[in-house]
Amino acid sequence: MSDPTLIVADPHAAVFEAGGLGVSGPMPVGQETGEVAIANYTINFGPQHPAAHGVLRLVMELDGEIVERVDPHIGLLHRGTEKLIEYKTYLQALPYFDRLDYCSPLNMEHSYVLAIEKLLGLEVPLRAQYLRVLFAEISRISNHMLNLGSHVMDVGAMTPNLWLFEVREDTYGFFERASGARMHMAWFRPGGVHQDVPLKLLTDIGDWVDTRLKLFEDAISLVADNRIFKQRNVDIGVVSREDAIAWGFSGPMIRAAGIPWDIRKSQPYDVYDRMDFEIPVGTNGDCYDRFMVRVEEVRQSARIIKQCLAEMPEGPIASLDRKVVPPKRGEMKQSMEALIHHFKLYTEGFHVPAGDVYVATESPKGEFGVYLVSDGTNKPYRCKIRPTAFSHLQAMDFMMKGHMLADTTAILSAIDVVFGECDR
Amino acid sequence: MSAPHPKYASNDGVIEAARAALGDRLIDASEAVGEVRLDVKREALPEAMRILRDELSYQQLMEIAGVDYPERPERFEIVYMLLSLTKNHRLRVHVSTDETLPVPSVTGLWPVAGWLEREVYDMYGVLFDGNPDLRRILTDYGFRGHPQRKDFPLTGFVELRYSEEEKRVVYSPVKLAQDFRTFDFTSPWEGAEYVLPGDEKAKVPEDRGAPTPLKADEVKK
Repeated sequence: MSDPTLIVADPHAAVFEAGGLGVSGPMPVGQETGEVAIANYTINFGPQHPAAHGVLRLVMELDGEIVERVDPHIGLLHRGTEKLIEYKTYLQALPYFDRLDYCSPLNMEHSYVLAIEKLLGLEVPLRAQYLRVLFAEISRISNHMLNLGSHVMDVGAMTPNLWLFEVREDTYGFFERASGARMHMAWFRPGGVHQDVPLKLLTDIGDWVDTRLKLFEDAISLVADNRIFKQRNVDIGVVSREDAIAWGFSGPMIRAAGIPWDIRKSQPYDVYDRMDFEIPVGTNGDCYDRFMVRVEEVRQSARIIKQCLAEMPEGPIASLDRKVVPPKRGEMKQSMEALIHHFKLYTEGFHVPAGDVYVATESPKGEFGVYLVSDGTNKPYRCKIRPTAFSHLQAMDFMMKGHMLADTTAILSAIDVVFGECDR
Repeated sequence: MSAPHPKYASNDGVIEAARAALGDRLIDASEAVGEVRLDVKREALPEAMRILRDELSYQQLMEIAGVDYPERPERFEIVYMLLSLTKNHRLRVHVSTDETLPVPSVTGLWPVAGWLEREVYDMYGVLFDGNPDLRRILTDYGFRGHPQRKDFPLTGFVELRYSEEEKRVVYSPVKLAQDFRTFDFTSPWEGAEYVLPGDEKAKVPEDRGAPTPLKADEVKK
């Protein structure tokens, strides 16, 4: 072979290169000893690959089946969200957040509405805060169902994923009943939530937590102690505490490395300071720890949901400050002032005082932050979104070093990467 | 009761500690809307960040954001979000630059800065001196321009389509069936950017809509 390194667009094409199997054929080194030098070769993983969890292109340099270097190419789902937000009013910009991490849309909205409220200095009624925490935790369960299931499937098991999707489907039913939309809820609003939930929904959520999560426990029991599952995950992609800090890890990734850091606990927002829950921590920092941290987080989320349901007070579901929160339609039919407020808020929108804030919340994937710069008008001057996957995916290179090609999928799904959020 | 945003350790004494530790590397330090902001000299940035990381224990760099203020002499502001896991505190470090002056890279302190700086370079064209891999990251291969700049149009300059003749995806200049519409909903008394009929001799309204009289940290909470 003349060309020792070969870049091919299609990974399957590599096998069928001229010269037979093996892209860079063996080159004779020592004729007497029979040694051969096999040159590294470079392949593409993705951009369309079912285990890439979206559109990710990994350019991998392989030595045989050992990964030497990984260069993730991202941005294939870049939609210019941050630029678009600069041209929308604060309320119009909200639905863009649903489309960032489409597996946990409400957690994305959470950072954004909290940032606006911080700039406005706006108080939020207690019931709204409880509702937000309740649904943020349901989203967390929903997100982890997808991630845990697909992680299991990426390393070779089929059944748990199907079972976990049952649970996930239930959560979408709840979202639909609360907001009218299954995926892109746009339900958290600056000042509270958009509309109140029916009592029957709350009781149904209570029943669901008590009964349906049994399915989740069953699914996990199939894999948690499974020998093959452990062989594929234990000691794969080990990250030390120091590395986790230096690479800006957050969420389950930093907890799996053994650092008990959870923004819900250390920097509580909404009513998380009233909640009683624990933070699971890993010991080894490998893919198995990340998986088990998420499993335990689901159980803790269920605890938070139960507390929310038990403690949730009656009352308004959004701030009564009519300069920020529009009135409901019934009120508009009665009051001229309400009609004016409604019209002004849905056309001009509210003005946010000049200033800048960085507000980060604990999304299921880690620290999801919004750096919001306001110049005092009705549109954000700048809205920088801090995606969780960005720093985690960047660490792919050193996490993959020395691992087998087949470990890519395990490491990738243990990161829990979603490209809507990573590429924005 | 106040706004339900995440609450971390108090800002008391943080500015004094930063002043003492950073000395003349610091241009200005202020607290607004409950957040501490440090303005640091551009050339002293890596040393200032090292002090913040090692002496004031802000271990994590969570994010680097660029902001474009075209009216300023140094139009770009680069904002570093620092997090202290031990003190449970957040801090922002601001540095200003323009299209040509490079900002010293902090990849030597935090490897995570590699991609974060690449993104700011991609979006704003800010150069980072010392970043070993300053390529574009989010935009397309071969993209021209820096889309987050305020003078870059929202619609961009080119659009992609599949050409049946050439059997591949081709770029062509943006053609919109109708003009991009920006509606001005601000009230004509406050923020309209156009001159109302009969108002030609009146004072020209301020740019970019009406500013509210209050700053965010002056709002009573």
